[in-house]
Amino acid sequence: MSAVLVVVDHDRGTIAPASLGAVTAGRALARQIGGELHAVTIGAGADALAGVLAAHGASTVHQVHHAALVDYGPEAWGEALAAVVRALSPAVVLGCGTERGHEVVAQAAARLDAPAAMNCTEFDESFDGSGPLKVVRARWGGSLMEQAEVDAAVRFVTLANHVVEPSEAPVAHATTVHDVALPDSVLHSFVRDRVERTAGVTLATAPVVVSGGRGVGSAEAFAPLEELASLLGGVVGCSRAVTNNGWRNHADQVGQTGTRIAPDVYIACGISGAIQHWVGAMASKNIIAINTDKDANIVTKAGYAVIGDLHKVVPAISAEIRRRRGA
Amino acid sequence: MRILVCVKRVPAPGARINITADGQAVDTAFLGFTVSPHEECAVEAAVQLVEQHGGEVTVLTLGPAEAEEQLRTAVSVGAAKAVLVPIDASDWDPQRTARAIATVVGAIEAQDGAFDLVLFGNESADSCGYQVGIRAALSLGRPMVNGAKGLEIEDGHAVVKREADAGIERYRLPMPAAVGVKEGINLPRYPTMKGRLASKKAEVVRTEAQAGEGGLRMVQLQRPPERVSNVQIIGTGPEAAPAVVDLLVELGVMS
Ligand SMILES: Cc1cc2nc3c(=O)[nH]c(=O)nc-3n(C[C@H](O)[C@H](O)[C@H](O)COP(=O)(O)OP(=O)(O)OC[C@H]3O[C@@H](n4cnc5c(N)ncnc54)[C@H](O)[C@@H]3O)c2cc1C
Ligand SMILES: Nc1ncnc2c1ncn2[C@@H]1O[C@H](COP(=O)(O)O)[C@@H](O)[C@H]1O
Repeated sequence: MSAVLVVVDHDRGTIAPASLGAVTAGRALARQIGGELHAVTIGAGADALAGVLAAHGASTVHQVHHAALVDYGPEAWGEALAAVVRALSPAVVLGCGTERGHEVVAQAAARLDAPAAMNCTEFDESFDGSGPLKVVRARWGGSLMEQAEVDAAVRFVTLANHVVEPSEAPVAHATTVHDVALPDSVLHSFVRDRVERTAGVTLATAPVVVSGGRGVGSAEAFAPLEELASLLGGVVGCSRAVTNNGWRNHADQVGQTGTRIAPDVYIACGISGAIQHWVGAMASKNIIAINTDKDANIVTKAGYAVIGDLHKVVPAISAEIRRRRGA
Repeated sequence: MRILVCVKRVPAPGARINITADGQAVDTAFLGFTVSPHEECAVEAAVQLVEQHGGEVTVLTLGPAEAEEQLRTAVSVGAAKAVLVPIDASDWDPQRTARAIATVVGAIEAQDGAFDLVLFGNESADSCGYQVGIRAALSLGRPMVNGAKGLEIEDGHAVVKREADAGIERYRLPMPAAVGVKEGINLPRYPTMKGRLASKKAEVVRTEAQAGEGGLRMVQLQRPPERVSNVQIIGTGPEAAPAVVDLLVELGVMS
């Protein structure tokens, strides 16, 4: 009987939330093909995840063991996954739409010279486990979608982030340990060491993002945006025009090649709203555009807009906030 | 140090991406083209490494004849050699692309010696496949890490930094190695006048590569559902400030 195999993204045993979304999506696919849902965890440090995977519907959890599989290593993980795939011959291998998810799936698919479709948002509901798997996947960072076919005996795919919310469906589960042999060649690319991140509000998590584009004009002219952001307990973001000009660090960039954000309020100042910027900001709950051009793309797409010069509007908003706070 | 960078020619759309009537491609009738952003940074990373350690940068693209333009752009910012692997109009699938790149790299290396580093982008801007570099690196027998936000050379090793949720990870790959670079690793330079002249004169070597098709087939492109919004203009100029603050209170981000 053919199975759907979900690849679990974890960091030294801490599961990436996207993994449970993938298990949930895998459950639907497995039911559809009349097969079992399996999951694979790489490294003994992740053995304890079997329970939560079963709670989400995985009836068999494959646990790959090797002395070297302590930290993450893309090639070793790819080799480990390939070994399980060879042993199981699943109809579908489903990974997460995370950095590691894409990388491990690509590494394993490369080893089997099998095709892989990344960032899928839909799987053909009439797929019965044979023939090509039809998918819809995100291209251009989500600005464009592609209907595609994955034509192979084992169909490697990743699920785009936030497409399927995790839901529980507990089953009894078995675990299978795979003691794999890893060639020396894959042992080079492990994480050697890491610098832990300091906690704090980041672009990705801030409730308010005040973002500036080319219209801001210079690095110095971001000061009023900084002020407004701090009055609102938020952070400053920017467009690629800004990072390209060296006005701000790339860490602040919102968009296809920057950060995807979903704040409560996104205030876009002097940003035209090119599609590659928009895909990074569109998940914001509310968007306020401040722009001199009433026909700018961002203005027509935003919920709210102020038409005017950001150099005057932004300081006026800050002044009004301070006035109301009596400071 | 010999470094190869694989770059892809992609359209540079503005407010939206339009699709041709048959749904098979992006309508590029009114668009310019560019090097995919992550790869632009890969070229810059390669040029900086060569400035530090000596050697030369070669750029390679698999694409239509027009992709020469992107190779010349790379030469204008410091690449020394350019290789075009010509294909007809439509994109090749990732397996086919990777096989062709690996074949051509292998042929160049057989003649001129090995590349110490082969650089890719983390993902191409248009197809977003996250795999051509990984596949090509495997065929070429090189260790490969994607997502590089830092790249340095230390005693024959490529030291890669990568951002993860938990912090910054460091990898250390023995060279020859392959690395997938992400935008933000550096700020690509603009071409100098001298660079522009060099790029006009540079020879673009054409190398054909045969490679069988892979199993990922595009059926059709489609636009994602668009967010419909009835924008509410809350004011004009600084006089709008009180209305904006009222709105911020209403939206619950200010008390
Ligand atoms: C593959 C690819 C990936 C990309 N990835 C990203 C990405 O991740 N993020 C990103 O942002 N871009 C990205 N881009 C670039 C994108 O296409 C645009 O070029 C960029 O977003 C434009 O930035 P901007 O809106 O700041 O500048 P512009 O498009 O120049 O817009 C400036 C705006 O400011 C307004 N303005 C000017 N002066 C004032 C003023 N005084 N007051 C108020 N308004 C004013 C103008 O009316 C205009 O609307 C990418 C491009 C490509 C090809
Ligand atoms: N046609 C191409 N020519 C040269 N390099 C390519 C091509 N397609 C992909 N690549 C390289 O492989 C990387 C990953 O591409 P992809 O798998 O399409 O996301 C890109 O960032 C490029 O460095």
